[in-house]
Amino acid sequence: MPPRTLYDKIWDHHVVTEEPGKPCLLYIDRHYIHEGTSPQAFAGLKSAGRRVRRPDLTFAVMDHSVSTRNRDLPVLDADARGQFEALARNCRETGVRLFDMHSRNQGIVHIIGPELGLTQPGFTIVCGDSHTSTNGAFGSLAFGIGTSAVEHVLATQCLREYRSKPMRIEVTGKRQRGVTAKDVILAIIGKIGISAGVGHVLEYTGSVIRGLSMEGRMTVCNMSIEAGARAGMVAPDETTFAYMEGRPFVPRGKDFHVAVDFWKSLATDPGALYAKSVELDGDKIAPQVTWGTNPGMVTDVTGHVPSPDSFADPGARQAVGSALEYMDLKPGTAITDIPVDYVFIGSCTNSRIEDLRAASKIIAGKHVAPTVKLALAVPGSRVVKTQAESEGLDKIFRDAGFEWRDAGCSMCIGMNDDVLPSGMRCASTSNRNFEGRQGKGGRTHLVSPITAAAAAIAGHFVDVRQMGVELE
Amino acid sequence: MQPFTRHTGKALPFDRVDVDTDQMVPKQFLKSQTKEGYGRILFYDWRYLPGEEPNPEFILNEPRYQGASILLTRRNFGCGSSREHAAWAVADYGFRAVIGPSFADIFFKNCAMNGILAITLPEDQVDELFRRAQATPGYQLDVDLPNQTIRDNEGLELKFEIDDFRKQALLKGLDEIGLTLEHDTEISSYERAHHPEPAQQSPVDFSYPVAS
Repeated sequence: MPPRTLYDKIWDHHVVTEEPGKPCLLYIDRHYIHEGTSPQAFAGLKSAGRRVRRPDLTFAVMDHSVSTRNRDLPVLDADARGQFEALARNCRETGVRLFDMHSRNQGIVHIIGPELGLTQPGFTIVCGDSHTSTNGAFGSLAFGIGTSAVEHVLATQCLREYRSKPMRIEVTGKRQRGVTAKDVILAIIGKIGISAGVGHVLEYTGSVIRGLSMEGRMTVCNMSIEAGARAGMVAPDETTFAYMEGRPFVPRGKDFHVAVDFWKSLATDPGALYAKSVELDGDKIAPQVTWGTNPGMVTDVTGHVPSPDSFADPGARQAVGSALEYMDLKPGTAITDIPVDYVFIGSCTNSRIEDLRAASKIIAGKHVAPTVKLALAVPGSRVVKTQAESEGLDKIFRDAGFEWRDAGCSMCIGMNDDVLPSGMRCASTSNRNFEGRQGKGGRTHLVSPITAAAAAIAGHFVDVRQMGVELE
Repeated sequence: MQPFTRHTGKALPFDRVDVDTDQMVPKQFLKSQTKEGYGRILFYDWRYLPGEEPNPEFILNEPRYQGASILLTRRNFGCGSSREHAAWAVADYGFRAVIGPSFADIFFKNCAMNGILAITLPEDQVDELFRRAQATPGYQLDVDLPNQTIRDNEGLELKFEIDDFRKQALLKGLDEIGLTLEHDTEISSYERAHHPEPAQQSPVDFSYPVAS
């Protein structure tokens, strides 16, 4: 057999049928569902008289619209309540396991999958959510799907897919102090653009990626979709195995070692071909801040807002012009001169324990600037929240003037009442700075947790490397 | 699924790169449980002023484009969120075909699942369609799926590529799930080899009462 990439190996392992000229039938090992994109799929299934083929491989959670305040109160939003009730009913009727909003394992779907050990190397994982790519950090093939595809997987445990093209993103050298996984992925997207990954699956390689924790790798893979790729992945290694061991759904004892041997075989073979390869010098990556309305509109924290005229392509020029208008920014403005009104630390990109620990170090003993109207810390899961509280992080956040909330998608998407008001500018650790993403008229700047924390204290963006805080 | 064979209709040139699905259906409309009624929502924040007054400067509200059923787009259309609501909105608004130089992968597939013919053409050909649609009020295109052609009344004829599986599914309005279930034997045999037993049980907490 010719040398194969990590992607090829997982793909080949999951092919159920393959006929020339047709998409493959690919078996799905894990199907995650949430309240937002599943009701129509269950309704379609029911109206066609079909059953859920493998409820045991399907896992449901409430995350998109859940309140991050008091869950014991009734859900006032009738539409959101309707979706919660539908999910609970659908799971009950079909035997799918549900982590409802009161479960101690509740959290953002892409946080709890890995946390529970449901996500494992070599798996195919899908969810009606584009940030399913997060799970690729374990060396799984994980991607977002639409609701029709959710229905297809519920009914058949398979998907019809064409093979994507593997693309290597190699980040060489060494990550500098104050530069996080978030800065690495923003720099990658800034370099390759938001559509470079269309039709591709990204495999992140190189010393900088190898040096990241699982949390960091999840942050990187999470934003693969923002580069246009449905999936991003990192070959499993000792860091992966150490993270996996002992998690609730991970095999134990002898079975674990058998699993590790299999996981080790997944890495890309020497000489395997990628459709494209891109290399970044990790030493040169600085803390990143987005200034526009897509994640590719990004620059170093030491940089400036660009002028539309500096873009040769007419489409880009027009896009940058309208982005600056929406963001109310003038070309040439130093990033560090941009004030922030809101700070959001959370989302499936950056709400894991490591993110909260790093942010807490920046704010410890300090206070949010008086000009900042709201600073939110939203753990990605209740397990993360409990862990953070056991380390006293909640107190650090609260003492600094942050609100410490319950787990959910929160202000990344604003489907609950955590909405960025119109005209407000937010330093956000989330993944999308699209117009209106956090709230109609809201202005989002994507940053790392430590850059967000630093902006909360200063009231404007600052270079965390200049703060005199010891950084990793 | 509504079949697509041949469609003649007015073209609307949507002149913006990297349009994301958050713009097509903003989050406040993701809490419904149906697939219907999203046509009114399409491009909501761009399309309406406060009070849901049509924004006269937005292309969907321009009189000359009323009744358009073919959407011309720029590159990377439909990027971002996987929300199929975007495709439901495009279809419910009345668009039967979407033509552009490139589409985001998930949006592209969501179109196929909803009887929308998404056509990828080289950038210069899309530029030409934009020029013509902008120059001629009421500019119409005739999209012929069996012959894989796009024609206008001014003598333009373009060929387009489509894989045969998607073509047949669109032509016949096929239910993809039904097709897959015809492979039940192969799926069962894969399962016997790889997922013979229910996924491992775990000591996590499932004890909370489920809201009714």
